[in-house]
Amino acid sequence: MSDCRRQWNREDELPVYLAKPISTGPSQRHKSYGYTSIDFQQYAVGRNENRSSRSSSRERIVDGDFEAYEISGGTFISSPGERDDGRPGVEITDQTEKECDCQNNGKSERLLIKGGRVVNDDQSQYADVYVEDGIIKQVGENLIVPGGVKVIEANGCMVIPGGIDVNTCLHKPYLGTPPVDDFYQGTKAALAGGTTMIIDHVTPQPGESLLEAFEKWQEVADKKSCCDYSLHLDIPHWHEGVKEELEQLVQEKGINSFQVYMAYKGLFQMPDSQLYEAFSFLKELGAVVLVHAENGDLIAQEQSKILGMGITGPEGHPLSHPEELEAEAVFRAITLGNRVNCPVYITKVMSKSAADTVATARKKGSVVFGEPITASLATDGSHYWSKNWAKAAAYVTSPPLSPDPTTPDHLNSLLSCGDLQVVGSGHCAYSTSQKAIGKDNFTLIPEGTNGVEERMGFVWDKAVASGKMDENQFVAVTSSNAAKIFNLYPRKGRIAVGSDADIVIWDPDKIKTITAKEQQSALEYNIFEGMECHGGPVYVVCQGRTVFEEGKLQVQQGTGRFISRKPFPDVAYQRIKCRTKMMSKQGVSRGIYDGPVYDVPATPKYITPSPSAKTSPTTHQPPPIRNLHQSNFSLSGAQIDDNVPRRSGHRIVAPPGGRSNITSLG
Amino acid sequence: MSFQGKKNNPRVTSDKLIIKGGKIVNDDQSFYADIYIEDGTIKQIGENLIVPTGVKTVDAYGHIVIPGGIDVNTCLQAPHLGMTPADDFYHGTRAALAGGTTMIIDHAVPEPGASLLAAYDQWRDTADKRSCCDYSLHLDITRWHDGLFEELEHLVKDKGVNSFLIFMAYKDKYQSSDTQIYEMFSAMRELGAIALVHAENGDIIEEEQKKLLDLGITGPEGHVLSHPEEVETEAVYRAVTIAKQANCPLYITKVMSKPAADVIAKARKKGMVIYGESIAAGLGADGSHYWSKDWAKAAAFVMSPPLSPDTSTPEYLSSLLSCGDLQLTASAHCTFSTAQKAVGKDNFTLIPEGTNGIEERMSIVWDKAVATGKMDENDFVSVTSTNAAKIFNLYPRKGRIAVGSDADIVIWNTKETKIFSAKSHNLTVEVNIFEGMECRGFPVVVISQGRIVLEDGKLNVTEGSGRFIPRKAFPDFVFKRIKARGRMADARGVPRGNYDGPVHDVISMTKSVPATPTTRGPSCPGKTPLGPARNLHQSGFTLSGTQMDDHIPRRTSQKIVAPPGGRSNITSLS
Repeated sequence: MSDCRRQWNREDELPVYLAKPISTGPSQRHKSYGYTSIDFQQYAVGRNENRSSRSSSRERIVDGDFEAYEISGGTFISSPGERDDGRPGVEITDQTEKECDCQNNGKSERLLIKGGRVVNDDQSQYADVYVEDGIIKQVGENLIVPGGVKVIEANGCMVIPGGIDVNTCLHKPYLGTPPVDDFYQGTKAALAGGTTMIIDHVTPQPGESLLEAFEKWQEVADKKSCCDYSLHLDIPHWHEGVKEELEQLVQEKGINSFQVYMAYKGLFQMPDSQLYEAFSFLKELGAVVLVHAENGDLIAQEQSKILGMGITGPEGHPLSHPEELEAEAVFRAITLGNRVNCPVYITKVMSKSAADTVATARKKGSVVFGEPITASLATDGSHYWSKNWAKAAAYVTSPPLSPDPTTPDHLNSLLSCGDLQVVGSGHCAYSTSQKAIGKDNFTLIPEGTNGVEERMGFVWDKAVASGKMDENQFVAVTSSNAAKIFNLYPRKGRIAVGSDADIVIWDPDKIKTITAKEQQSALEYNIFEGMECHGGPVYVVCQGRTVFEEGKLQVQQGTGRFISRKPFPDVAYQRIKCRTKMMSKQGVSRGIYDGPVYDVPATPKYITPSPSAKTSPTTHQPPPIRNLHQSNFSLSGAQIDDNVPRRSGHRIVAPPGGRSNITSLG
Repeated sequence: MSFQGKKNNPRVTSDKLIIKGGKIVNDDQSFYADIYIEDGTIKQIGENLIVPTGVKTVDAYGHIVIPGGIDVNTCLQAPHLGMTPADDFYHGTRAALAGGTTMIIDHAVPEPGASLLAAYDQWRDTADKRSCCDYSLHLDITRWHDGLFEELEHLVKDKGVNSFLIFMAYKDKYQSSDTQIYEMFSAMRELGAIALVHAENGDIIEEEQKKLLDLGITGPEGHVLSHPEEVETEAVYRAVTIAKQANCPLYITKVMSKPAADVIAKARKKGMVIYGESIAAGLGADGSHYWSKDWAKAAAFVMSPPLSPDTSTPEYLSSLLSCGDLQLTASAHCTFSTAQKAVGKDNFTLIPEGTNGIEERMSIVWDKAVATGKMDENDFVSVTSTNAAKIFNLYPRKGRIAVGSDADIVIWNTKETKIFSAKSHNLTVEVNIFEGMECRGFPVVVISQGRIVLEDGKLNVTEGSGRFIPRKAFPDFVFKRIKARGRMADARGVPRGNYDGPVHDVISMTKSVPATPTTRGPSCPGKTPLGPARNLHQSGFTLSGTQMDDHIPRRTSQKIVAPPGGRSNITSLS
């Protein structure tokens, strides 16, 4: 992290007007000394949640040094025009000599971010941002702000909405042991990378109550999370009883996204008919369906084949999860989504063919979203063949990284043109010793890679720095789109008056070499080890509090709030609603058919015993039934149509009114 | 060339024939020559042939002479809800001959769970008695079980069957799961058989059917609404994926929609060994008739996958057929009388499925593809006869006019037109889905097994003269590439030193639940949730004192088992 440590205090490197802010800086720019009378409450719109001050009892972890703060006083008007054009950097000025202690007891600061370029997903503009009570109160030039605010000089750096990582697993146990990055470690890493909100996956065990699992997760996260969070619920098994819980979760608990699995045969996998039912039900609730898209049946076949060949190392993982199986499942998920008319969100798009499938479906009008993850954008699957077992195992995730080295580039292109919409991280960190559970059998290696910390940096590095996407699209894919799809917008994902003060000052020129030694994650490895990444956060504000500055994190365990999300997000459901109206089907009104009807003797009902043939392949087969139709036995004597030779074995029932001519073609 | 199965069939002594003055059209070239036929076999081809006296001369001037058509998809005996099709082997093959088709391959459909061999015997029995032209059989696998492989093996090796149909639709009846399909594909690759797939997603169809019936839609339009083309496309895509994994050749029966055809075309471009079959109904009609006010007419079109309501579909399919993306044309002839269809008059899911087409097939291809200039006469022979013969290992006995081939020959009038109608067709059903359609191109003379069966518009067929044509496994056309790929596709592991780093201690869990490759998951203590087992890793209890990695604060709550030899540096990433 050496590169992010800018030496702000070296006066000789600073431009003249910033060199001595105490004596010269602000006082010369004062245009008004009067305290402002702006009623900030009027900006607090759409906020019915209790923003309680749980902070008082919280342990404070202070990492930062306050020497960097230079003290000034009085009210002033910000002046965005005065920027340091020479070299971007961030200046921090604290005007609140007396109010300093209020930071220390955990209340949110009053912050003024000056001289930055505010980048939203739709436009970029030079403006100052004033933050109070964890909310953005003012955006614009020449803001009138009260005295005693901490001033952050963005010096022309980008000011962007904090990232939203919609795919993390920080509490998902493997064989009873949790990942090494729990909600504390994981959110800490997220903040260090410029991500100020995560949506974590609740993974109940099959048979476990969804509500209980949700409460368990919420409890853990409330205690540990350092940034705002929300939760997806994974549905491990579809049955009638689950519906009630889903309804409750959507309507009372603020969950609007649920994951279903097409893989993990015998564990989480659902057959198509259950998927159809789940999609239909979730659509009625207005939830977003997340799909883990891989064909579990075929994976199971391939795994036993490959183990049978004596391949037990991590290379067996990509060999048994070829990208065709991912693309196939994506295609099937989209087909189901189209039939049910339900929005579908594909988690972890890892291969070119899967991404192309999503893109093609979008071109045909399907409401489908695709999420590549940090790992699939920044690295490829060639490492599975590494001679170093630990390294190879570190990359094991499902769907696997594609061994095709052109994949990251392709996915970045699709992300840039809008065919893929959201970047997640799929962060699920298991230590090498946990991975080593599968040292003799690749199917036992716990799945998951790191990426929560590196996510924003690599999107910048691979897509923006390479010229594929612009800064606005960068904001869209790392934050705004996620906020829109999961109904957090505009509270999250946008820098606007009334939005949460989750703000990142982004330095596009920052260069960082990724290494496990300096990461926030508790992992002893990093799958991006040694990669150079351009662009990174220099200053992170979360809930109106500074959590990252000058390469130093100061986070508080348990400050993260659960953000509830309402159903029917507009970006997913507006089109769905229209289509439902349009697609209502109508039968043809015809006269009643009154021609002859062939008399079918009662057939013995013959139903496959299991709910679906797909999950239970060759279980008990019922014995072959005697086929009555092929016997010669007949109760009937002479029939009216006995004269028609070819139908001798058939009985035709003619209606009493005689045959109508409806059977002739008109 | 050794031809089996020719001896012990009841046959009328065939004529000696010479066909004069026609243009012989094979799939590779066209040329003017005379053909001399004796004993049901083509004996000579050329000009100024020396033939014995008393030979009947057939005049083919102005017409083309083509190999008799092969219709690889018919259901002349498959029962539906206990109803046998209105056109049985006799009526069906008679109509086939009237349309220029001299061989059919019929689907033998055993009841789910019943023996394939029994169905084979039953079909053989009926067809030998009733068929008027040569025939062969596909067997439909209506349910996969473990003992089936032996039956398949027996059928392939001893009974001359090299193709089996697998269903992805008809849930709770015929449908197979992905796992079963994979196993069947693998079995067929071993045996050298061709996997035919009825590609529709049965799970979705069933749900859609329920939904539509709930909406009160009970008429035939419900059939097409519940079988949207996406569902067909999805299944084709999945079948392609599974076949790719199993390295098995794939044959999709009844390609009815544009996107499904596109999936096949794309898979071929990626190198898959896959064949797509268009059918007469798909090329000659579209699905708009399902909304006909006439129930009987609408019901006559009910088949699965249904005709696409998209009216540009027939044109599109004939274009793909012309460019080779689809390879052959069948009829999927399976007719039920209106009274039989009327079983489903109050519930479209009960309407027996199937349309006619066996008689019209060749004319429709000529009219839609050749007369419009999309394909030439050689392609016409390919898609109606030669490709089928190659794929199903009948070539060059069938599908070609060459010395030694069977004398199944059609003299084809390319100029005049004919109108299809239920009044004039050779079927027993009262509805013809091509009613009123005017088609250019029809057979004027049809020769089957060396005998003239159609001449001057008159059919002269003999019931029971059709022979069963056994087919050998591993057709070259299909399996040459598969064999080569089987040799290439060996995956290899990476030779590494043994991992000797720390292993997370999961004794308590792994002992109680033996982990199997299929029950794998992120958090997998078994399918049935165990009681809340005490998690040793989260307890504060520890047996050990100071650890060598105590200085790493973040791992305090985990127990690391270090090997006695100390840590190796294998855990560091290079």
